[in-house]
This record gives sequence, C-alpha cells and structure tokens, in this order.
Amino acid sequence: MKKLSNKKMNKTFRDNLITYGMVIAAYVIMQILVSAGAVSSLIQGLLVPLCTYAILAVSLNLTVGILGELSLGHAGFMCIGAFTSAFFSKVMENTALPSGLRFFCALLIGALFAGIFGLLIGIPVLRLKGDYLAIVTLAFGEIIKNLVNILFVGLDENGFHISFTNTMDLNMSEDGQVIIKGAQGITGTPHDSNFTIGIVLLLVTLFIVLNLIHSRDGRAIMAIRDNTIAAESVGIHITKYKLMAFSISAALAGVAGVLYAHNLSTLTALPKNFGYNMSIMILVFVVLGGIGNIRGSIIASVILTLLPELLRGLNDYRMLIYSIVLIVMMLFNWAPKCIEWREKVAARFKSKKSVKKEAE
Amino acid sequence: MALLEAKKLGISFGGLRAVDDFNISIEKGALYGLIGPNGAGKTTVFNLLTGVYKPTEGIITLDGKDITGKKTIDINQAGIARTFQNIRLFKDLSVIDNVKVGLHNHMGYSIITGILRLPKYYKVEKKMTEEAMELLKVFGLEAEADTLADNLPYGKQRKLEIARALATKPKLLLLDEPAAGMNPNETQELMDTIRFVREHFDMTILLIEHDMKLVSGICEELTVLNFGRVLCQGKTSDVLNNPEVIKAYLGE
Repeated sequence: MKKLSNKKMNKTFRDNLITYGMVIAAYVIMQILVSAGAVSSLIQGLLVPLCTYAILAVSLNLTVGILGELSLGHAGFMCIGAFTSAFFSKVMENTALPSGLRFFCALLIGALFAGIFGLLIGIPVLRLKGDYLAIVTLAFGEIIKNLVNILFVGLDENGFHISFTNTMDLNMSEDGQVIIKGAQGITGTPHDSNFTIGIVLLLVTLFIVLNLIHSRDGRAIMAIRDNTIAAESVGIHITKYKLMAFSISAALAGVAGVLYAHNLSTLTALPKNFGYNMSIMILVFVVLGGIGNIRGSIIASVILTLLPELLRGLNDYRMLIYSIVLIVMMLFNWAPKCIEWREKVAARFKSKKSVKKEAE
Repeated sequence: MALLEAKKLGISFGGLRAVDDFNISIEKGALYGLIGPNGAGKTTVFNLLTGVYKPTEGIITLDGKDITGKKTIDINQAGIARTFQNIRLFKDLSVIDNVKVGLHNHMGYSIITGILRLPKYYKVEKKMTEEAMELLKVFGLEAEADTLADNLPYGKQRKLEIARALATKPKLLLLDEPAAGMNPNETQELMDTIRFVREHFDMTILLIEHDMKLVSGICEELTVLNFGRVLCQGKTSDVLNNPEVIKAYLGE
C-alpha cells in the first residue's frame, strides 16, 4: 500500500519534471537556433512575449483550473505589475543601483502590487460565482486599464506629484521629470528583460504553481473547487483559500507584466495589451491547453502565439487557418469521442511498452 | 453529562415551521438513530447541528460548550463531522487526497514550506499519508488510494465520505442516510463498518436512516420526527413498537 502512494508521488514528480524539462529543452533549442542564425528577427522579437504569455496562462490556470473560478480581469493584474515595476525602474534608472538588482527589485514590486490588488479585488468579488464573477472581474480589469490611462505622475526635488487631468496640473519645478504621462504611458523604461530571464521567470512560476497544487494548501483549494459545502464541513476556511489562490494568481500575472514592461521602450495601456482582449486571449490559452492542465497552458500559449506569425506568408488565409487550428485543438482536448480515442491510443502504447519490457 | 444536547431547537423558513421544539440528548459512545417519514425535517436537524442553518430558537451544546449559531468550520473544529445524503466528495481528487483534506486542520505547514518544499513538507506529508492510509484500511479502500474519488463504485464512495469525516477527528459523527442506495449485502457490510468505527475510534454516532433493518440492527436509541416535531423518543425496541410511530410510517 505504501508502494502505491509512493508510486503516485513519483508520478506527479515525474510529471512535473517533464514540464520543467520541456521548458528547458525549448530554451536550449531556441538558443542554438538563434546562435546559428536560423531564427528571423521577427521570431526573436517574439521570444520574450512568448514567455510573458506562458506565465500569464499558467497563472490564470491557477484561478480557472485549480480554484475553479472564471476570471476575465487577468490583464488588469498584468497591467498593475507592468506599470508599478516600470515606474520603479524609471525612478531608479539614474541611481547607482546595478541593473540586475534593479530588475529584481522591480520584479518584487510588480508582483507585490499585483498581489495586493488581487487581494483587494478578491475580497468583494470572490463572493460571487460563475458568470457574475466573470463579469465583475472583466469590469475591474477595464477599470484598472482606464485609471492608468488618466494617471500622471511626476518627480522633482519636492517628491512625487500626482494628477488625473494633465501634465500641467502636476505643478512641477523646471528640472522635474514626468514619469507616467497618462495615455502616453511610460517611455524609456530600461530594457532589462530578455529571453533567458523570461524562461527563468517561467520556471519560477511553474515551480510555485506546481508545488502549490501538490501541497496541503493546494488540496484545500481543489477541495473548494470540487465541493464547497463538503470542504466547509471538514473545516476548510473557504474565503482564506479562495483569496490565497486568487492573489497568488494575480501576483504571477504581475510578474508577467514586469517582464512585458521591461521588454518595451514605451509602455502604454491599450485595449490590445491590457484590455479584455488580452484577458480573453489568456483564457483561450488556458481552455485550449486544458483547464487545470499546467503543461497544456504553456503549449497552447506557445502554439497560438507563434501560429499567426508563422502563417504571415499566407496573408489572407492566416486568420482562417488560425481559427481552424483553434477549433481542432478544442475538439482534440474536449470532445468526448476524442478523449476516448486518445485514451485508447495511450493504452495501446503502454501495453506495447510493457510487452517489450517483459520480453527483455 | 451528555455529549450532545439540543434544547427547544426550532427553525422556520418563512411561514414553514421545519423543525419545532426539538430536544435530544446523546450520551458519549452512543449509537443514536434519527428516523421519520420523508420531509419530517431530519436533514434540517443535521444542518442545524452543523451550522449550515442558524436555529431560530433553542440551544445546542457539545461537550458542555455552547455551539449554537456558530459557523460550520468552527463546529467542525469543536468536534462534529458529517456525511451527506447526496454524496459530496471532492471528485477530482484522489481517494487518499480526499482523506488528507479531512486531516487539513490537524497536521500542517505554512504555504511557504509547501512551495519551497522544505524538509518539514516531506515530514508532514509522510505522516499525513500514513494516517490517511490507516483510515483507508479501516474501510477497505487502501487498494484504491490513487483512484479518483469520482471513479469509485457507489458503496465505496459512501465509505470514503465516512473516512474523510473521521479524518477531522470528531467527537460526534453524523451520518445522513449512509445506506441509501445500497443493496442488502452492502447494507450488512455497512452495519459492521459502523459498529467497527464506534469500537475502534470510540466514536459517538448519530445517524439518519430509512432502512429499518439497519436502524433496528445497530441503533440503541431512537428519535422519531414527524412534521418537524418529535413524535417519540427512547429505546429502539420500544420506539419501533409504539403505535404512534407505526401510524406515522404506515398510516391508519
């Protein structure tokens, strides 16, 4: 009996190793290809966004797949992470702080603020369920984006100045510097992130999420997902664990935002990058990769980000093929017949393997 | 002193008087049955005892402590665990994880320990696994420890629910129709299990049941509910021969 649960431990351990290994292998292959000059600059430019999207998908999967609550405001948390960290980096740009340490601090600040906002928004919002929760989180995401769009912050020798109207209203002294310029956002953020940092952050995110799932707290979160009433009856603190999962998820989205912000010289809050389009795109990654399936989220986000670029040569047919792939992936992952077929194939593969082993 | 005492318990849902003037006193170590026709308010009594509903009036004491109107979580920690009429397992978790969730408040480590996999994580998880396996063995579920709870056959799901409830280390175990949907063989087996649980864990058990064979077989004392009111209370044999009770069940 002990063997059985040992086997299970080993199985989850092996599963996790495969996930980490997959990411590292992708990184090594990409690095080799880049140094061999086989990768177009277009794709090279996509490497950091790819990591960003993968982190976002993994973190949203924590809310959608593990906690079982539909959130459509994930881009909002990414936005908070991006702006708070870019703000910090910009302020610290001309100090003696070395750029590595500065980025690390920016990372912590981005994650912390996104996490705090996740907590604050989670307290009222997590009382809702299903569609209602989705609608309210969607609204919160938009509110965050729009607030950032009218926010002006400047810095001079008197300290920070904040305004919600325009730059003139900041009443800055002459040598003061405007850091956040409303709809124009933050310009000149130091370019601190690169593909390696992106992969490291993705691995850290995976480490946190996978270890959380397979711990006591993760079990409690999944118990709430499966049956709230029963979870309460065995003494699980519902609100505490819901908030925990939601704010960790938000903090990790903040990490993605930090990575995103430090890859661009101009950071603006547009509907395209921090609006609900983005939130829904992340949700598409999660749903197609399999709800609750962390590895699937990464694969889906990579395929669906690369695909439109790889199909660029096909011009008019690009989006057509993209949509067909979406539908095929959806069927492959969720259609009952398809799941049956996959299980059959897996079983055959397994039996062949065991036959081989016996033969040896 | 009785382990569980409820005095003048009552609850109304709007104009409906679901439970009225309900009194019960259960001694430590007793195997107590709560029976009555459909809609008599048996499950409502369970929901009152476990804090799912707040009673409109009356008091409940467990081991001398007042637990009236407390939250479900606090009542569980005070020592009442339950199973449900319609099985409520964590169906996408494995069998052993279901029991480990029950152990949640008895063995722990911080979230940081869990994420960073500090030595304490392995130590506590190992202890949790051992304790959970021990519970599963009691119910003959050890071979299915790694199956998803949803894939268990019905009878075993019922047993797993009891195992999970016991994992919270309660003083009083409430079973809501444990034999519902079981065939006579399974019911017989369940009776043995319930007896064993009482002996082995020194448990006090209150159960709701329709299966008269089970009730007369293992319960020492009964309370009969009808239309939210106590119809009759006392020794099992006396209660089952009471003409009022027979009338409530069979009509005139």
